[in-house]
Amino acid sequence: MIFRVFNKEELSALFDVLAENIIVGPVEKALDKDGIPLYSFELVRDYEELRLQYPSTKISAKKYFLPHNETLSSFSVDKEGWTKHVDYNIYKPLVFFGMHACDINALNKLDKVLLESVYPTPYYGSKRKNMFIVGVNCTPQSHCFCRDMGADTVQHGFDMFLTDLGDRYFVEVLSAEAFNYLDRINSREAVEVDHLDYMKRVKERIGKFTSKVDTTDLTKILDMEFDAEVWREWGEKCLSCGTCANVCPTCYCYGVDEQVDLDLKGAHKIKHLHSCNLLDFAEVAGGHNFRPESYIRLKYRYYHKHRGFVEAFEESLCVGCGRCGEACLADITVPEVIASVRGEG
Amino acid sequence: MNGLKFYDVLTEKRAPRVRDFERFEYSFEAEISNVYSLTETEKLYQIRISDPEKRQRFTFRPGQFVMLELPGIGEAPFSISSSPSRHGDIELCIRATGNLTNFLAKVKRGTMVGISGPFGTSFPLEKMEGGNVMLIAGGLGLAPLRSPALSVLENRNRYEQVDIIYGAKKPSELLFTYLYEMWRKFDINLKIIVDTPDETWDGPVGLITEPLKERIAAYGDALKTDTYAIVCGPPIMFKFVCAALTEAGLPMQKMFISLERRMHCGRGKCCRCNIGSTYTCLEGPVFDYWSVMNLKEAI
Repeated sequence: MIFRVFNKEELSALFDVLAENIIVGPVEKALDKDGIPLYSFELVRDYEELRLQYPSTKISAKKYFLPHNETLSSFSVDKEGWTKHVDYNIYKPLVFFGMHACDINALNKLDKVLLESVYPTPYYGSKRKNMFIVGVNCTPQSHCFCRDMGADTVQHGFDMFLTDLGDRYFVEVLSAEAFNYLDRINSREAVEVDHLDYMKRVKERIGKFTSKVDTTDLTKILDMEFDAEVWREWGEKCLSCGTCANVCPTCYCYGVDEQVDLDLKGAHKIKHLHSCNLLDFAEVAGGHNFRPESYIRLKYRYYHKHRGFVEAFEESLCVGCGRCGEACLADITVPEVIASVRGEG
Repeated sequence: MNGLKFYDVLTEKRAPRVRDFERFEYSFEAEISNVYSLTETEKLYQIRISDPEKRQRFTFRPGQFVMLELPGIGEAPFSISSSPSRHGDIELCIRATGNLTNFLAKVKRGTMVGISGPFGTSFPLEKMEGGNVMLIAGGLGLAPLRSPALSVLENRNRYEQVDIIYGAKKPSELLFTYLYEMWRKFDINLKIIVDTPDETWDGPVGLITEPLKERIAAYGDALKTDTYAIVCGPPIMFKFVCAALTEAGLPMQKMFISLERRMHCGRGKCCRCNIGSTYTCLEGPVFDYWSVMNLKEAI
């Protein structure tokens, strides 16, 4: 890996060279009822809008690679029959400026199931392969448990990763494009003093994690405690609203709807993101529901993220960003649910 | 921008290659060439892939399914009910129960549909050669079992005893009645039982477990060594049938069941058919009983 360093004043210059493309980054979207800013990944038109020191965003950046609604195909229909048209919805390449390690890890996990499987999906692939990612280090928040999920650092899946060293940025460079961009601003090779400062910074950050999830033997424990009473208790709290899936950076489940044009000459097949907590998730034609009760659906969500995915890919589907717990209307958080299943809650 | 050149991040290396995704979009235009009414709610659709070359090249194994699509109406998975030897002239047995299937119940011959697939796992009929085969179906569960049944029939000399045990709620709900006589002629031990008889019915009445017990007793020790079972039916039937067979000594890995789940893609992407992280569309719909035992909430 190649490491480079540039002074903080150079950040706007980096933004400017990247701004030849469309930039998506953390911006202040609104204020909550206590006057605390809420952040969101939006198109950034001006460097001044960018908030690289953001704590975390309420919603992950997934609307740019797993849109909530997406047309999969369209049909033109006439008396003779119909023709199918497929568009993978590739637009301009996007630069993600300021993604945290958890969100980049989320993309790497999605790659495993959406790209590195039997049927790679072009709709995600076209966007994923057409991104330029600038990662940035973060300060752990009270709801962050990424360290326990192994997602507090990221090794691949980005182009460059910035770490704030006070007066300068330490950059990990992973792609030739990133190297070329850094060549166009005032940057230099990293030297020993930068390495030492970087390691110090990393150590400081690790000490700031407060939320804990014990994942030891979790796959087995989830199997052993499949019929545990705690699931019913959480199920009684759960409103089955699907907010957790909405904000989750790795939830990719979807449903498909067909729409007929008003002139009856065309039709569209539209994918919309779904949530396994919603009532009709596992309902089949004829009305049989394989998961009729809310606690079964909630359990399934944990079962998929923390057991099933581990079995299939040797890692959890959860990155520990804690967004679901923050967004949950019933205050259900992952650390609490897992602790209770382990009999420690 | 200070006269800077437009620099596009999209380079050749990053751009997705079409052939990376060919497999995802692989689908066929097909035509409903014939429709037969089987019962009040079930119909058998003969579907013919339009391109003769693709039709001939279309191969599947018994137990696999296809996704059938009608623009503006919907797309859904259906088990193939015909014999693999018929290639792209497939038959689907469909009950009118949802959006798409109620629409299908009204379509005429010649309607164009989209077919993609075949998807999923299949019943390992080659492995069963030289042994006895028990096909056990409840209700609409006969639809996915018709394909392995026809396949066994075409190669009847490769198998020892063949049983078809079939249960339905009412005599009027029995599927493929026209095939029963032929099956018997091909030395297949066919047992049919209904739950609620009517005046036309003079056969046995009760649950499927009764004829099953009779056959289990007749098999005796052969069940432990040379017998395979293929089971499909409503979730409640699995429990009783699989338990009875296991108790009688049929090894778990010689019992195959076909599961039903909601599916939107058939390609392991929409997550709707997921049991844990096991996709029913990729690793199923046909599972051996051992795998099912290891999947929580599978049956």
